[in-house]
Amino acid sequence: MYSEKVMDHFSNPRNVGEIEDANGVGQVGNAKCGDIMKMYLKIEDNIIVDAKFKTFGCGAAVATSSMATELVRGKTVEEAMKITNNAVAEALDGLPPAKMHCSNLAQEAIAAALEDYRRKSGLAPDESVDCNGCCDSCNHSHGREEDFED
Amino acid sequence: MKNAIKENTILISIMFANNEIGTIQPIQEIGAIAREKGILFHTDAVQAVGNIPIDVEKMNIDLLSLAGHKFYGPKGMGALYIRKGVKISSLILGGQQERGKRASTENIPGIIGLGKAIELATKNIDEYNKKLLNLREKTIEGLMAKVPFIRLNGHRSNRLPGNVNISFQFIEGESLLLMLDMKGVCGSSGSACSSGSLDPSHVLMAIGLPHEIAHGSLRLTFGDDNTEEDVAYILEEIPKIVTKLRDMSPLYEVVKNNK
Repeated sequence: MYSEKVMDHFSNPRNVGEIEDANGVGQVGNAKCGDIMKMYLKIEDNIIVDAKFKTFGCGAAVATSSMATELVRGKTVEEAMKITNNAVAEALDGLPPAKMHCSNLAQEAIAAALEDYRRKSGLAPDESVDCNGCCDSCNHSHGREEDFED
Repeated sequence: MKNAIKENTILISIMFANNEIGTIQPIQEIGAIAREKGILFHTDAVQAVGNIPIDVEKMNIDLLSLAGHKFYGPKGMGALYIRKGVKISSLILGGQQERGKRASTENIPGIIGLGKAIELATKNIDEYNKKLLNLREKTIEGLMAKVPFIRLNGHRSNRLPGNVNISFQFIEGESLLLMLDMKGVCGSSGSACSSGSLDPSHVLMAIGLPHEIAHGSLRLTFGDDNTEEDVAYILEEIPKIVTKLRDMSPLYEVVKNNK
């Protein structure tokens, strides 16, 4: 079911942990859904110098969080904002359709952490980020049939 | 159940033993109630046959379902026991096979295999039972002693002799299964992620578990080929896996920091 890359990121996840002096922390998902991702970012001079994660979730959830931290490291805040769920999935050589929502969650975790950073630095909030971490209040796909209608 | 019986109740159908959490129902007592009220009693005994001695007379069972793959019989074969005198409508219309109840040429090799398998499975049922019970108990007691924040699902003693179902707090079932699989252990889980639906096991929800505890459940079942070495191996590997997953979990973080 899972690609080699996914299994690698699951068995040997990169960047697991917390950043004590993180200046951007975001947590998305909830226990009801069975997926919770927490992303810690250390940003200096607009560059993400360190990223760590903690995840409660399935193999895809762990792999996408791990990959997400790898993708944001070294990027500017603006570049990190542009990382899409598809980019995360592609970097992992793809995910089964039912697991694509994990890549959504990973992208939202990044967005939430960056939003937190923006708030803490007194910058204007990003209106495009409307996820408050609860399942179903966002429009992202959960891999259900009705989500593939289009 | 007694209170659920109404004037127009014509059938009572209760699972003999639950496949997920292993709990065994009081079938004999239920059968007695059904007989007293003149209501037909069916039981799905798929998990029970070969594990628990079943006497349809003593237990007042009118209809019983069983399936071969649960007692080392051929996969794709099952049977419905129907007490003489109980009338049911045809399942498939067409030819007159199976006394007109199920048309279509019978799977003779499958049927013979099923019959032989039941014969073998029920021959030394007490001995088999004792062996599985030992493996089950060692596993449950061992995990309870070695791993904190866990709970056993289902009745502690009145459960299938080989069934272990435990919820591990702060971690998720599919991850647990993947890691166990890498170590050569096959199990199943009640987590939503491992089933492809959005909801965790309806059984675990029905016994009142909160979602996150249901998501962290693991079911292991022992069988003919399992040994005490297998139990020792499981007791060695599971705690390591749980620790690794908890170290990754934002939920465990909260608990750790509060210690």
